[in-house]
This record gives sequence, structure tokens and C-alpha cells, in this order.
Amino acid sequence: MWRPISLIKYLTCTHALHSVLLALAFFGAVHRSAAQDTPLLSGGVGFLTSTNGGNTTYTPIIEPLIAAPIGKHVLIESRAALLESFFPKQNGESGYDHSHFAGFTYLQADYVVSHHLTIVGGDYLLPFNTYNERLSPVWIGNFQDGPLVASLGLLSSGTGLGGMLRGNAIARSKYSIDYAWFFSAASTNEQFTAQRATGGRTSLYLPQQRLEIGLSYDRRLQDTQENFYGMHVWWEPKDTAFRLRSEYARGHHAQGYWIEADYRIQAFGGLDSFIGRFEPVFRMQQTFRRDNIVSDGLPLVDTQRADFGLDYNLPHNTRILTSYARQFSSTGDRNIWETGIVYRFLFPAWKGK
Amino acid sequence: MSLSRLLSAATLTCSLVMISFVLSAQTPAPKKSVPAKKSDAATQDSSNAQSSSDQDEGDRLFQTRCSRCHNAPEGFSPRISGTIVRHMRIRASLSQHEEEAILRFFNP
Repeated sequence: MWRPISLIKYLTCTHALHSVLLALAFFGAVHRSAAQDTPLLSGGVGFLTSTNGGNTTYTPIIEPLIAAPIGKHVLIESRAALLESFFPKQNGESGYDHSHFAGFTYLQADYVVSHHLTIVGGDYLLPFNTYNERLSPVWIGNFQDGPLVASLGLLSSGTGLGGMLRGNAIARSKYSIDYAWFFSAASTNEQFTAQRATGGRTSLYLPQQRLEIGLSYDRRLQDTQENFYGMHVWWEPKDTAFRLRSEYARGHHAQGYWIEADYRIQAFGGLDSFIGRFEPVFRMQQTFRRDNIVSDGLPLVDTQRADFGLDYNLPHNTRILTSYARQFSSTGDRNIWETGIVYRFLFPAWKGK
Repeated sequence: MSLSRLLSAATLTCSLVMISFVLSAQTPAPKKSVPAKKSDAATQDSSNAQSSSDQDEGDRLFQTRCSRCHNAPEGFSPRISGTIVRHMRIRASLSQHEEEAILRFFNP
């Protein structure tokens, strides 16, 4: 989802970020009176390393997020990613090379009509399955890289450019149903790349069982039109710090799934004790090629991968992420070692009285 | 194919072991220090029974609707609590009741 860019494009992106900041400052100044509605700056700063097949890559990254309410019904929000990647030179040369990545992850305006309907316009994250919208921020994910199947249904860029309707269709004490439906136009703008597509997601949540089941669908409406189907199941047993998340996605040419479980031990002084801050994580994933036509980001051959992670939740919103993965495929098995440290920040856009 | 079956079996076994371990050792989750930094005035009202009930409800909703995806931040300015709730209202499709309860939880 990140796109490599040149220095000029990088500066263009920075300029765009400045424009957004100025606009938010203006809107914020207009609506400064709302005591709890001050625009916020959030996001994550991290330093990640990944050793894949013996090659180590170092990646400092920052993902800022801005959210600014305007009046009682509007919210402007945006997330961007800026990173520098240092990796070994190819063709037997010694030393390291590097590349820039920078760009908006999304930039959208939300108009809250009611609790059942919010109208979203702009460049938004596609609501297909759960990873893209919920787990992709660097300060949220338990692993520093996403699942192999995460790109399926995300139409290359992971974002849509156009409109989306979403909200809570039914809310009862024992269950709730929410939905999201989008239509995206085609765009080749370097910061807001999107394909002409439509689709959506609906989820059933059972709060007593802490169980969520959802279905996703989208259809590319340009070039070779394709359908993508998705399903997710999340379960978080009550009074535990255990979480189980899973997704399945199917396209015309490939399909796959992932299951992730994480747990924090509470028996030795609670979550904030030395022991309680450890978070073992396990993820299993498989992808399957249905034919040799490549129109998605999945591996070219059937692939299995098991990730074993151990995260540590430091005080002050800082996490250490470590993991080892073994990937199996007919093109060769490989080990992937990953470590990183991520700090999450969250504060008002300006100092208050 | 046998490898994928082996991995699938390993996944299932690990999942079952973790689930059974968790279920056999269930202990109430301690309340996280989520809410915004309390103002002096707000802390004076914490003994009120209704307020306590609201806090429990807000805490429960925060656990189910927000912490489901991400760890709770270790506190934030009350000046952005409304912005956070509005962001979550859209992102997590909160109902009116949930939005109000979480906002009260942030600003007791």
C-alpha cells in the first residue's frame, strides 16, 4: 500500500500534509469553543528490522494521524506514512541501499447523519474484511507485517476514492449489526490511487459472547472485472486478555486465510505487572493459487507460514515487537526474523488553557 | 499437501491449547487506566452510585468496542475525548447509547 516515490513527489506529499495541517488549524480555530472536541494528533513512530532469507532490512517509520471535528456532524481525518528503508545491495555488492516511501494512507471527510448512517467522502480505507481498517496502523498490529492474504480484495491500493455509507443498522443489548458500502472511482493520482469498484461489509456482533462474524464483498469494475469474497471471525472471551482473530478471502485467482491469537497473562499481578506486559502471539496463514494468472499480491505458489511472536507492552504507550516465522512453499522454505519498537502518541493539536 | 495438513493440525492444536488454557484460568480483567486525566472537579463526584454504574458500563463498552482492536492508551487530555469518541463512533459503528456511555467513561 505504500508507494515508492521520488524526492519531488516526497516534497509534494509533505506540502500536501502541510496544507491539511493548515486547514485543520483553521477549522479548529473556528470551533475552538467545544471543550472536548479539540482536534487531535495521533499515530505511531517505530524502528523496525526484518531479516528475510538472510537479508536484513532496517525501517524507521512514522505514521501520523489527524482527526478534526467540525461542528456537531463532521469529522475530517487522515493518516499518512513516511518511512525510509535500508536494505542490502543486490548482485553481490557490499553495503546498503535505501529508498523512500511516503504518502497518504487515507484522507476523508465524515458526515454523521445519525447513529445509523454516516456518509464518508474522499480517499478512504476499503472496508473489506478487517485487517485494512482495523489492524494496519503500525501502533496496533501485533506483527510488523500484514497477513499474506491481506491484499486480496483491496484492489492494489487498499483505498477507494469516492463515497461510502456506513453505520450501525441494528443495536440491541444482545446483538448489533453494522454495515459499510462504498463506491470508488478510478484514479491514477499519485497520492490517491484507486480503482473503479464497489462493495462492502456487514458484521454481526454478540457482546455477551464477545463474538463477531462478518462478510465482505467487492467487485472491480474496470479492466478485467473480478469479484472478491471475504469472511472474518473475531472472538475475545469475557474476562480474559485473550483475542482470536481470523479472516478468509477468495478472489478469481487465489484464496487464503489467517488465524491470529494473542494472550496476556493476568495471574501474576495483572496486565501492568512485569509478567502481564508480555504478549505471546501466534499466527497461521495459508494461501492457495487457483490458477497462474497474477492479478493480486499473493505469492505465486501455494504458501504456508507460521508466525511466533512475543511482544512486550512497555509503559507510556510503547511496544516491543519480536517474531519468528517459517514460510513453506515450493519455491523454497525460509526463515523470517522481525524485531521492532513502536511508540504511540496521542495529544491535542494545540495547547489548551 | 501433507505439509499443509500438518500445519493446519498444528494451528488447530495450538489454538485449542491456548483457548483451554485461557478458559481454565479465567480471572477478572483489571480495569485499565484508560479514561482521560480527570479534572479536580470531576474526581469529586466519583462516589455517586449512578456515576459508578455509568463508569462500569462505559468500561465494559470500552473493552468490547475499542480494546477489541487496539490496546488502551495510557491516558489522554480530556480536551480530545469528544474527538476520540466521534472517531470511534464512525470507525466502530457505535450506537448512540455506546457513544454516550464511553464519553461519560472518559469524562466522569
